[in-house]
Amino acid sequence: MAARSRDVRTGPLLAPAVGVLLFWMIVPLALTLWFSFQRYNLQNPLITGFAGITNYRLLLSNARLWISIFNTLVLVSSVLGITVVAGIIFAVVFDQDFPGRNIARLLVTAPFFIMPTVSALIWKNLLMHPVNGFFSYVSRWLGLPVVDWFVQAPMFSVIMIVAWQWIPFATLILVTAMQSLDREQLEAARMDGAKGFSMFWNITLPHLLRPISVVVMIECIFLLSVFAEILVTTSGGPGLATTNLSYFIYMRALLQWDVGGASAGGVIAIVLANIVAAFLIRTFAKNLERD
Amino acid sequence: MKKSRNSLIAGIIGWTSAVVMFFPIFWMVLTSFKSEIDAVVPSILFEPTLQSYVDVNSRANYFHYALNSLVESVGSTVLALIIGLPAAYACAFYPGKRTKDLLLWMLSTKMMPAVGVLVPMYLLFRDAGLLDTRIGLVILFTLSNLPIVIWMLYSFFKDVPTPILEAGRMDGARFWTQMRYILIPISLPGIASTALLSIILCWNEAFWSLNLSASQSGPLTAFIASFSSPEGLFWAKLSAASTLAVAPILIMGWITQRQLVRGLTFGAVK
Repeated sequence: MAARSRDVRTGPLLAPAVGVLLFWMIVPLALTLWFSFQRYNLQNPLITGFAGITNYRLLLSNARLWISIFNTLVLVSSVLGITVVAGIIFAVVFDQDFPGRNIARLLVTAPFFIMPTVSALIWKNLLMHPVNGFFSYVSRWLGLPVVDWFVQAPMFSVIMIVAWQWIPFATLILVTAMQSLDREQLEAARMDGAKGFSMFWNITLPHLLRPISVVVMIECIFLLSVFAEILVTTSGGPGLATTNLSYFIYMRALLQWDVGGASAGGVIAIVLANIVAAFLIRTFAKNLERD
Repeated sequence: MKKSRNSLIAGIIGWTSAVVMFFPIFWMVLTSFKSEIDAVVPSILFEPTLQSYVDVNSRANYFHYALNSLVESVGSTVLALIIGLPAAYACAFYPGKRTKDLLLWMLSTKMMPAVGVLVPMYLLFRDAGLLDTRIGLVILFTLSNLPIVIWMLYSFFKDVPTPILEAGRMDGARFWTQMRYILIPISLPGIASTALLSIILCWNEAFWSLNLSASQSGPLTAFIASFSSPEGLFWAKLSAASTLAVAPILIMGWITQRQLVRGLTFGAVK
């Protein structure tokens, strides 16, 4: 199909997309880099000038930065773990035929379409509220101690909310992937006496590896920058318990108006994301080549 | 015998997970029909009322925010399609040596964390007078969704049988003619699901909406977030507003589920 590609000038077709994306990549990035070397606080216009690496030095020696990076990694890896495991279980379950399967599947996947601010508010007020929330009602009814979720287990609570939103995504993709599983191979294995678990381990799981890598990659893009759920529920607290990198930079930038420091934080966030991305994109490129 | 036992177990696990996963949404909808007094008591027995919906609508600004959501998500989707269609066409039908690299590069721009460029975007927007304007959010949504739109269109175009396009090309059909009479009609379902996913992503986008918009251009995400302040904590009203904010997208998502999966994974999972 590429044989006649010289007949058509693809340049003009690609130019607008490449142009705006180049602009989008270069301009804010260059500005972030520039600001990160400046003394610049919007609240105090007297502080100006070249800062050298001061912003970075201050930031990197700030324990808050490391805590927020650690929190980011905890959040991303826990949610990835939970969603992939739940996704695999749901994929196997929803691959079986049972009454009302399609409706049950719609219900399971619903949270994916709920906007983050709404899901954060439902969980915070209607479910996890220590006095009037549904969970505390159930605890009292069962005679168990009432948990003040965002105070006693803040990170766990945020992980639960975010995982709730992303389990449907893993499920959607893995259920779809199950449909392309070779049924004859399964039958043959069953003839040879393979039982449930060994069949899952040797046939189903290997088949799901590629879609799992897709799930991990796409979730990483979104989970590294979780923001609304934290802003709405805990505002990063108590203390720094739920401050991730996104929220840390947000506080620097829009609450303390420290443009230089926030920009240096931004550069660190971009570097971190690119380390993850380099690894992910390579995996994804391999997947593509198998087309 | 074995089969029916399997399906029984699957049915039990499947329905239990369905109930657990859907419960928060069910609870939100249920609360939206309660009065404020009933709302703080977790009970299923209550006298249903539409009062909260009436209240949310009479705070005239609900429609203002809903209109913002609609204008911003549809506007940026249309813009992304206009820019993305030609690019996806070129990548799918006239691939060169560099096409794969180009596509991966486009996707990699999606890896840039929004928070990393929050400061310069805020200052750029401030200086350009784009803070808290619809056009500002439309631009941002377009830029952040463009890579996904191009990838989805690319993967749908790859499925168009080549002989059809070859025939058109033999007859001398150029880009616009091919687009209009061949490609767009054939891949309409793909283009439609691309548009839907883009609308869903914009509708639910929170970071830019919360940081760069306020009363003028704020979409529903920002409107709902304003309920998180203690004085705005009326649970029934909050639930009614939330239900109204998520219902259109939830229904849209349910209808297009199957195609969304293809789009979201760029055709890597079929």
